Amino acid sequence: MADNKFDTPELREYPIIPKLQKDVMAHSKPFIAKEPHQEPLGFPGELVDDWHDVAIKKMGDLQSKYRSLQVYLDSCVKCGACTDKCHYYVGTTDPKNMPVARQDLYRKVYRRYFTFAGKYFPKLVGATDLTKDVLDDWYSYFHQCSQCRRCSVYCPYGIDTAEISMAAREVMDTIGVGQKYCNEIISKVHKIGNNLGLPGPALEDTLEGLEEDVEEETGVAVKFPLDVKGADVLLITPSADFFAEPHVDGLIGYAKVLHEAGISWTISSHASEAANFGMFIGSYDNMRKLAMRIREAAIELGVKRIVFGECGHAWRVAYSFLNTLAGPWDFLDQNYPIPQHICEVTHGLIQDNKLNFDKSLNDDMVLTYHDSCNVARASRMGDKAGGQFTIPRDIIKSVCNNFHDMSKDTIKEGTFCCGGGGGLLTDDLMELRVKGALPRMEALRRVVEDHGVTHMAAICAICKSQFAKVFPYYDFSMDQIVSVHQLVSNAIILTGQNDENDENDDGNHPQQDIDEAA
Amino acid sequence: MQISMLSMSIAALFYIAFIILAYGLVSKIIQYKNTPAPLKIPTMPAPTTQAGVVFRMSKEVVFFESLFKSSKATWLFGWLFHFGLFLDMLRHLRYFIDPVWFWVIIIQPFGKYGSILMFVGLAGLLTRRIIVDRVRYISSPSDHLMLVLLLCITTTGMAMSFYLGADVISVKSFFIGLMTLNIQNIPADPVLIIHLIMVASLMIIFPYSKLLHAPGLFFSPSRNQVDNAREKRHISKWAKELEKN
Ligand code: HEM
Ligand code: SF4
Ligand code: SF4
Repeated sequence: MADNKFDTPELREYPIIPKLQKDVMAHSKPFIAKEPHQEPLGFPGELVDDWHDVAIKKMGDLQSKYRSLQVYLDSCVKCGACTDKCHYYVGTTDPKNMPVARQDLYRKVYRRYFTFAGKYFPKLVGATDLTKDVLDDWYSYFHQCSQCRRCSVYCPYGIDTAEISMAAREVMDTIGVGQKYCNEIISKVHKIGNNLGLPGPALEDTLEGLEEDVEEETGVAVKFPLDVKGADVLLITPSADFFAEPHVDGLIGYAKVLHEAGISWTISSHASEAANFGMFIGSYDNMRKLAMRIREAAIELGVKRIVFGECGHAWRVAYSFLNTLAGPWDFLDQNYPIPQHICEVTHGLIQDNKLNFDKSLNDDMVLTYHDSCNVARASRMGDKAGGQFTIPRDIIKSVCNNFHDMSKDTIKEGTFCCGGGGGLLTDDLMELRVKGALPRMEALRRVVEDHGVTHMAAICAICKSQFAKVFPYYDFSMDQIVSVHQLVSNAIILTGQNDENDENDDGNHPQQDIDEAA
Repeated sequence: MQISMLSMSIAALFYIAFIILAYGLVSKIIQYKNTPAPLKIPTMPAPTTQAGVVFRMSKEVVFFESLFKSSKATWLFGWLFHFGLFLDMLRHLRYFIDPVWFWVIIIQPFGKYGSILMFVGLAGLLTRRIIVDRVRYISSPSDHLMLVLLLCITTTGMAMSFYLGADVISVKSFFIGLMTLNIQNIPADPVLIIHLIMVASLMIIFPYSKLLHAPGLFFSPSRNQVDNAREKRHISKWAKELEKN
């Protein structure tokens, strides 16, 4: 289990590829799911007796269902191009965190049971039996992959280790070796509708509180509607947006934008969660069931559009999979993308000059932007390839005067994961999370030193939570991570807003106590 | 004409190798084709049109674009090797076609220098595999042996074309004979025979090894999918079944 005694890696001036240190992360394992978290998902509560045979059968089944898996398992030439591309390898130096080595944990079993060479010449091609030790390695290292897809950008065949991690996790779930964090959350969503297990009435209270806050601050009655039938837009947002900092400031930003644009909208208590943890465990079935809640809510509330809040993996599932999982969406207004990202909405309104900003209200910050891995490499915004990079940056530049990008190889398609994605955002993996954040911390440190950057903006609930948690390990302060829509919220001038409230709107500005890092 | 034991054996070897290669490759390709890709997973940013995908894929096949992004040394050696291999394979067409096409005659000298590119590329790749700790860690014996096999094929080939010479006319009639099921004698030249045996081994290994990367690339969903998930519903057969209940 995660031992809390570990050293935070040092930030290096020139990132060089680290030397291998074998098995230094073999001890990193998340808590195992118990029966109550396994059964609602349709998985056995503990390791089944004939686990070996069940696992091999499941592997065969997955290979026949996923072309990605079959092709990736066969095609790797061990060229090594991906070896230094994973933030977990860079941060931990454990060779099994090199993407190809992680895949090989699965591939060596695949070869042994499913290929001619592996059946008859196992030593020659590095094939091994599926033993208890191998299973232990799987549990350890397939929970050291945040499914960020960085490796797939650099592989000559696009081999995506995330696909292999998902398959491995599904095989493990099938034999009763699930991960507590993910499976507990999924069972909550199945039952209640969101990751936090926040029931309808609690949600209503929270939203009312936000209405009061915003009205007090601006003098404008911005609504945070819940379960309003006939609203135009159903807003699906990660549940962290309902109360955690800095997420909630983002939610306030969406509400202000939608209010100002005169768009009627609602949150649904039935589908009050954007994140879809079914993807993390590679379970199409669970992913689909979670996505169906959104369809049910959209039908129930009679909305015309679906808009997603700031969340990375959620946006991947929304953008790339929602149409597949829960479509067709022929009952929605076809004049809008289905689903749409809140950044697309805000960006469109900015382009049409529908929003007024006073950029100087963000002058106390110098911003940089962290491209969330799944937004960058697994989805898009707007109608052109790469919109996921330009749209959030355009928004930031429309509401802030000071912006600097981090170095080129650490942003856009080459962005480094925050270190907490893919179902790893749990305290039992703290060492991994801190170490995995290293490349991003180094890039951030450089713009802080060279350009006086004070804050990093992101559009993902996981990134925001992860950075708030790991910043202190690297001598940043936790409020240096901000939501993009928090910046929008700071700068937007609502129609009818009192303009003399510059003093008392500081409640949502986290920048008072960041001086030590600047 | 008396057909030697040697010629019979080499002929048999090539028939077997060809059957294994063709059968293995075709069944793999059918397998890839028939395995559904249930979700849209192109590595983004991805092309939004089919034509864009063809362009993306061509850049990968011809220039190894992604590899160029990740490791310049591997890219250089890898590309030299493959480009040399490509030239050399075109050059070898002269053994199988009669009369030889005009452009195959034109490229003969380039094909010859292709082997030098191959040699440099393979030597570089093998060196990298041995000295870079990360690459050594991920290598199995088969990964080293594959390079050694290719190096041996290349060097025996180079030895014949640059120094020893080979009875090109007889070799050609042997292969044309194989193709027309009319077996001819092959010159009993040890270097040639070793070269041919290794080539046949490579053909046999091909469909059962990582050489599947060649067809694999074309079936890789992260490279061959169009980014149009919102516009067009993508659903596989088995996923469609789930919607019935
Ligand atoms: C569509 C055709 C092909 C493409 C696009 C392609 C592409 C690549 C790429 C990008 C690599 C990784 C870089 C490297 O290590 O060289 C590679 C490796 C390799 N390719 Fe190909 N290849 C193709 C066909 C072939 C064929 C026909 C052979 C047959 C001999 C071959 C043999 C190899 C070998 C042995 C390696 C591994 C090199 C090493 O060990 O480092 N390739 N290929
Ligand atoms: S998907 Fe991301 S975390 Fe997983 S192996 Fe690849 S680079 Fe590492
Ligand atoms: S880059 Fe791709 S082919 Fe090369 S070692 Fe990594 S996974 Fe294998």
